[in-house]
Amino acid sequence: MEVKGTAMAGTLESSDAQVTVEPGTNGIELSVESSVLNQYGRKIRQTVLDTLARLEVANAKVTVVDKGALDCTLKARVEGAVFRSNGITENLPWGGAIK
Amino acid sequence: MNPNLKRLRRSMMFLNVQKPGLIKDPYIYKPDSIMLDLEDAVAENQKDAARYSLYHALQEIDYRGVERVVRINGLDTPHWQEDIRCCVAGGCDSIRIAKTERAADVHLVEEYVAAAEQEFGRPEGSVLLMAALESTRGVLNALEICESSSRLFGVALSGGDYTKDLQTRITGTGVELAGARQHMVIAARAAGVQCFDTVFTNLDDMEGFVREVEMIKLMGFDGKSLVNPRQIEPTHKVFTPTEKDIIFAEKVVREIDEKKAMGIGVFTVDGKMIDIAFYDGAKRTIDLAKASGVYEGDL
Repeated sequence: MEVKGTAMAGTLESSDAQVTVEPGTNGIELSVESSVLNQYGRKIRQTVLDTLARLEVANAKVTVVDKGALDCTLKARVEGAVFRSNGITENLPWGGAIK
Repeated sequence: MNPNLKRLRRSMMFLNVQKPGLIKDPYIYKPDSIMLDLEDAVAENQKDAARYSLYHALQEIDYRGVERVVRINGLDTPHWQEDIRCCVAGGCDSIRIAKTERAADVHLVEEYVAAAEQEFGRPEGSVLLMAALESTRGVLNALEICESSSRLFGVALSGGDYTKDLQTRITGTGVELAGARQHMVIAARAAGVQCFDTVFTNLDDMEGFVREVEMIKLMGFDGKSLVNPRQIEPTHKVFTPTEKDIIFAEKVVREIDEKKAMGIGVFTVDGKMIDIAFYDGAKRTIDLAKASGVYEGDL
């Protein structure tokens, strides 16, 4: 899926993450900010990259501000931002690209 | 028949799906059911984001046996069909239909749930339904709603919207809800489904909350919608039979079984006149004690 415009999902509340996606041309350019970066930075990056791969996003600038989100929340926020960038809200691929 | 139709539902706690901090571990408070809310608690511009959170929470969080009910958006909104696809795909146990006014509303949701079960490979009939009655028309149509579907396990009163429709307000005395409560619980019992009371939102008035739970239990309700974990334990306490209740119920069941065999119809237990009419009530007390985990007898 192509990231067609800038879109954001999530908040800066505890246990949440705010994910912003912007169109890109140079693969995935991922920036992660987290209070637990030293302990979980690698895991957060991997979850975000895996989610983008399932959505077949090949080029995008992605910014994550993590506030202690569980994996399931991180995935939800990445998906939310990517589908918003495409204006898609219906007939979503539950259990397919969203997994 | 889906075995969850009659499960214990003393406490049904609302949780805002928009808030990851709320939905990650509510099982620690041990409610019987959680109601993951896609409707009123979620802002209009966050309906899409809430669904992704809901899907992954249902798929990945172990709620440890707590029933996972999803409150979908009303049938007068553009959201409810995708809500159904999302929560059925995620694996929810049940769906709460908002603003139900007639049996046709339940039939419409049932049609989309069945389609989603097929689309996502879930067994037909595995997702149960409950209907929230939030208007005077919904309350008046309680019986046809209660009898509308074999998937429907119960109905719940939504007091805030109902009192607006009635052109009054929540007073704390219960007078404004008396007619609706009585009518709904009679309809639910006639149809053989469960009945749940509305929320009590004043968290600073625990005495008033307990009084209300005691009242609705005496009216015949099966449980209550809750808005805060602090309300769970007092609710369970009211709905769990006491030791005295259990001992008396055991005596009634045993004596009726014994006396029936001897051809005796009426007799006394602990000074109270007992006949066959007491049997079902005593059995229900034993069943509730078993379901609440406080019965160790052999009935």
